[in-house]
Amino acid sequence: MNYRAVRAIYLFEMARTWRTLFQSIVSPVVSTSLYFVVFGAAIGSRISDVEGVSYGTFIVPGLIMLSVLTQSISNASFGIYFPKFVGTIYEILSAPISYFEIVLGYVGAAATKSIILGLIILATAGLFVPLHIHHPIWMLTFLVLTAVTFSLFGFIIGIWADGFEKLQMIPMLVVTPLTFLGGSFYSVDMLPPAWRTITLFNPVVYLISGFRWSFYEIADVSVAVSFGMTLAFLALCLAVIWWIFRTGYRLKN
Amino acid sequence: MSSIISVANLSKTYGSGFKALKNVNLDIKRGEIFALLGPNGAGKTTLISIICGIANPSEGRVLVGGEDIQTSYRKARSLIGLVPQELHTDAFESVWATVSFSRGLFGKPKNPAHIEKVLKDLSLWDKKDSKIITLSGGMKRRVMIAKALSHEPQILFLDEPTAGVDVELRKGMWEVVRTLQQSGVTIILTTHYIEEAEEMADRIGVINKGEIVLVEDKATLMQKLGKKRLTLHLQNRIAALPESLAHYELDLCDSGATLVYDYDTKGERTGITSLLSDLRTAGIRFNDLDTSQSSLEDIFVDLVRAS
Repeated sequence: MNYRAVRAIYLFEMARTWRTLFQSIVSPVVSTSLYFVVFGAAIGSRISDVEGVSYGTFIVPGLIMLSVLTQSISNASFGIYFPKFVGTIYEILSAPISYFEIVLGYVGAAATKSIILGLIILATAGLFVPLHIHHPIWMLTFLVLTAVTFSLFGFIIGIWADGFEKLQMIPMLVVTPLTFLGGSFYSVDMLPPAWRTITLFNPVVYLISGFRWSFYEIADVSVAVSFGMTLAFLALCLAVIWWIFRTGYRLKN
Repeated sequence: MSSIISVANLSKTYGSGFKALKNVNLDIKRGEIFALLGPNGAGKTTLISIICGIANPSEGRVLVGGEDIQTSYRKARSLIGLVPQELHTDAFESVWATVSFSRGLFGKPKNPAHIEKVLKDLSLWDKKDSKIITLSGGMKRRVMIAKALSHEPQILFLDEPTAGVDVELRKGMWEVVRTLQQSGVTIILTTHYIEEAEEMADRIGVINKGEIVLVEDKATLMQKLGKKRLTLHLQNRIAALPESLAHYELDLCDSGATLVYDYDTKGERTGITSLLSDLRTAGIRFNDLDTSQSSLEDIFVDLVRAS
């Protein structure tokens, strides 16, 4: 195991975060704060409680997930796409480093950033609405698993993308809609029965539901199912990455 | 000298069906400077990319320091430093950070003294804290060399190292390469500047259309294939060659003021003696004469045309 190489990639990527602090950390925190002001305070005060929790408090886990999902994907996809774009990937490919170590460096850094971001947003939310976390360990488990899984997903997108448009396409056209429709702002029970069934095909529902359960013990689907689905998506991403490196897809011509 | 790189039956076919390398066999000796010459698209970069792990081979085997580049890639790659042709650099990192990053990537423990030495050797020391984006092209090229040397490789690949580099800097880079060779590093360079190969290399390989056309000691190559040219400066201009000299394939140049004769030093007969005697018989006198050796460039052009 080439630990020094993993460390070099990890620190390189983290240095990029500090360099682009505004884009990486400040802007997601600002936009999430706006959600709290609008939905929590302005509109939320006119919406009745959801399963005994005030609306502003109810949306906190969903909002954290929204940021963690999109930021994990964008961090990890950009992290690997950029060296491909400017050509510095040659050095990674010619180094005595295994594929596992490459993924560990890039995905580890991307996931670290999203976890930090998620925790900052959580702290920010605490300024706007009262918060109580019933299961902190589970909360962290879901946060870490989601950050890792979607960073892996972002890594795949970064490898697949051969232009900036493709890099933006999946996050914009797939992940954001799935997150908005995945119960960030509502409980699945609020939907008409037909939509409720359709919603269950949205993988993000399981992530948000499990995460929200760790806060308030209210969930759209059982926690075991949420946890299982998260692990399944993680396994799927790992399988795709294994295939990418085995075939050299879009990395080695 | 033993081989430090051994390429056997190596072929590369791209997805499009293009055969970039066809059954290449090549041995690089430990400690030599090997120049790989070839026109654009000949397969130079593909060959280097496969040896360094950037591209997968379609067939064949490569050993680096006795280690297979596929089954024992960690050991093989840690011996190699690569300076690619294009200027692929980060933009916002400092010179020091990017060179240190390379050392870490190759699994070497931190060694600021070594990095300082590399940067000083490449005249980059006063730029160590500058962001790469602020450097000139020549400096960026040297940053890439510094990155390749950061992990103390035994083999250095320089793919077109002096493309777009001014004359002074090129000379400086040759110095660096020579110093490296003296410290025991094996150097493989590809180049378009044939004078560079002529100046630097111990051995020369010529690749064309994915095939190694020739590998030879530089001196032997130039001797073996070298043609010489005899130029005679005539005392009086002549309008045309007399019949008696027609079979010599002479060129009458400078409006009849000089006669040019190409001959092969390796030929059984150079024909010089009889030419001079026939000139005398024909009454053509000359003030001066000189001979010149054909350059590697002429040899190269001949080879590529022939293959």
